[in-house]
Amino acid sequence: MNLLTLIVLLPLAGFLLNGLIGPRAGKTFVSLVGCGLPVLAFAAAVRCFLQLQGGDGAALLETAYTWAVVGGTSFDIGFYFDRLSAVMTLIVTGVGSLIHVYSTGYMKDDASYARYFAYLNLFLFFMLLLVLGRSLLVTFVGWEGVGLASYLLIGFWFEDPEKAAAGKKAFITNRVGDAGFLLGMFLLYHVLGTLDMDSINAAFNAPVMPAVSASLVGVLLFIGAMGKSAQIPLHVWLPDAMAGPTPVSALIHAATMVTAGVYLVARLNGIYAHAPEASHLIAVIGAATAFFAATVAITQTDIKKVLAYSTLSQLGFMFVALGVGAYGVAVFHLYTHAFFKACLFLGAGSVIHAMSGEQDIRRMGGLARKIPVTFVTFAVATAAIAGIPPLAGFFSKDEILWFAFSSETGGSTLLWLVMCFTALMTAFYMFRLLWVTFLTPSRMTHEAEHHVHESPLSMTGVLVVLAILSAVGGFISIPHFLEPLLPLARAQESLEHYEKPLIVLSVVLAALGLAGAVYVYRGGLARADTLAARFPRLHRLLSGKYYVDELYEAVLYRPLHWISDRIFLGVGDRFLIDGSLNGLAALAQRAAGRLSRVETGNLQFYVVLAVIGVVACLGWVLGHG
Amino acid sequence: MDNAQLLLLASIGLFALGLVGVIVRRNALVMLMCMELMLNGVILSLVTFAAQSATVAGAVLVFLIFVVAAAEIGIAIPIVLLLSRQRHTLDVGAYGELKG
Repeated sequence: MNLLTLIVLLPLAGFLLNGLIGPRAGKTFVSLVGCGLPVLAFAAAVRCFLQLQGGDGAALLETAYTWAVVGGTSFDIGFYFDRLSAVMTLIVTGVGSLIHVYSTGYMKDDASYARYFAYLNLFLFFMLLLVLGRSLLVTFVGWEGVGLASYLLIGFWFEDPEKAAAGKKAFITNRVGDAGFLLGMFLLYHVLGTLDMDSINAAFNAPVMPAVSASLVGVLLFIGAMGKSAQIPLHVWLPDAMAGPTPVSALIHAATMVTAGVYLVARLNGIYAHAPEASHLIAVIGAATAFFAATVAITQTDIKKVLAYSTLSQLGFMFVALGVGAYGVAVFHLYTHAFFKACLFLGAGSVIHAMSGEQDIRRMGGLARKIPVTFVTFAVATAAIAGIPPLAGFFSKDEILWFAFSSETGGSTLLWLVMCFTALMTAFYMFRLLWVTFLTPSRMTHEAEHHVHESPLSMTGVLVVLAILSAVGGFISIPHFLEPLLPLARAQESLEHYEKPLIVLSVVLAALGLAGAVYVYRGGLARADTLAARFPRLHRLLSGKYYVDELYEAVLYRPLHWISDRIFLGVGDRFLIDGSLNGLAALAQRAAGRLSRVETGNLQFYVVLAVIGVVACLGWVLGHG
Repeated sequence: MDNAQLLLLASIGLFALGLVGVIVRRNALVMLMCMELMLNGVILSLVTFAAQSATVAGAVLVFLIFVVAAAEIGIAIPIVLLLSRQRHTLDVGAYGELKG
């Protein structure tokens, strides 16, 4: 049976069913189809996984359809299932299914319930295409498709112009990255004549390297990864993407889609292993994003914005791991991050649900006793992301720090210091969020306080499952599991005896972050406000997100707008195209006006004209005979 | 001057007479008759050339012109009839507002 094709097609069936007949079929039908098919896809993925484990370790291959045959090469829609795609598929379908279930509670009263689930299933379809595709071409279709689904879901409440604009921003920013992805693909096809990712890796690992700079291909593909995974300088869309419904933020903008870039680089490790320059660039961009986003997260007051910047920061961690050659570790962090970040986002959704739509943490506080399940799960996930042992985040983050320090390919003390400081800030801003939202004295209005209520079971149940996964997920050693596929970077021998002290240090960092947050925020916001008042410039810079949006507006948007408005619209469109057409029309009209005076109504005059015409014709013919 | 030249002169005369008639007369029926004169002038020249070159192509063309002329007059006469019922006159000047 074609199980892999089935995994991909199940969510597509859900999209079609919900999109075509969902609005008329009632909410029960929509929920059943919307949640049931992803769960089935998850079951099929588990089945494939067992089959893979039972086999001799060779990847499962399936060709669903031959897309085109050009010359001697055929372009197949083929699926490739090895350990890396297995991990990704299980995360996507597993966390995806959980979030679908959660959505039945969160979106219960939305007017466009069926449309929401249709989009969500569509997203899952494209994401699975991206993850399972054997050829870069199939991956690219999925890559574009998740962009589309993301656009549709960010702008889900499109009546609000601000939200519709956020969707457009995400779409356009991603296009910039896609240009790089396409160029990389063209180059690979030009040189290798194939787009199958296993063949590409094999070609680069062969004794005779292909006649192309691995770094050039690597950088081009990384530009695509930068767009999708929101790395500097293409990170601006992710914080704005929080305009979508909260489960969407959890699924797309935290757990799955944004990790596509990480997956791509890990999947094409054959290229990057031979591209030290591209790898250094990845590490530097990753570190810069991690650091930058963490500093911004400290000052944000919107609960979802804090989590958005924390996502940027964690993606930065993953790219640092990729940059120093620890591909398996990056996927490990991707996997733990999917659990705790989904849990955090869904927890935030539960808080927003309880607060009837309020997102500003300055108007919350004291929620721990009112919504205990949300609080406990949120606290577990916060501890996990901060790196408190033995929760999941501790293992993956500690390994990233270790490889940033010791890897033979690109590890350095400076990189390690930056990442350590970022880890400290991560612990600080996450515990800040926890304290300000749940543990400080309440700052709600009396009316809001009255309305606070715990979310329904469909939401809290999912939160509990995700919290358990974020607690114990780290005990499955993904890097070890992936090692046959993604060999780990070797540590420099002289540094190996540092491994144990560094583990202690990363625990100390997490504890320091926790202590700092408790010290500043225990008594409410007063101490933080004093701190902000003491460094007004720094505070403004951080809460203004380094003014990157403003910079882009001044440097890119305004000149482009000016050129489009004045040159393309004013000169090109209005003057040249409209002008020439209107001019021709006016000429014809004026000529016709003159000629129409010949039509006098006098029959004899017409005859004379006809005779003159005939004589003139005859004269011309004779003259040129 | 041989016969052919005489006949051609006659055909030119017929044609010119018809043309002048169409241009100067305002009576619709007379204009139609003048058009027939023009056609006959052309036919006469065709027959002359056919006889001169000893071929039948010219004579065949004459029959075609007969058919066209009959069809033309078959449409033109009813139009003139209908017009004259409206205004009770055959003067084409009275129908000047029919111009496009």
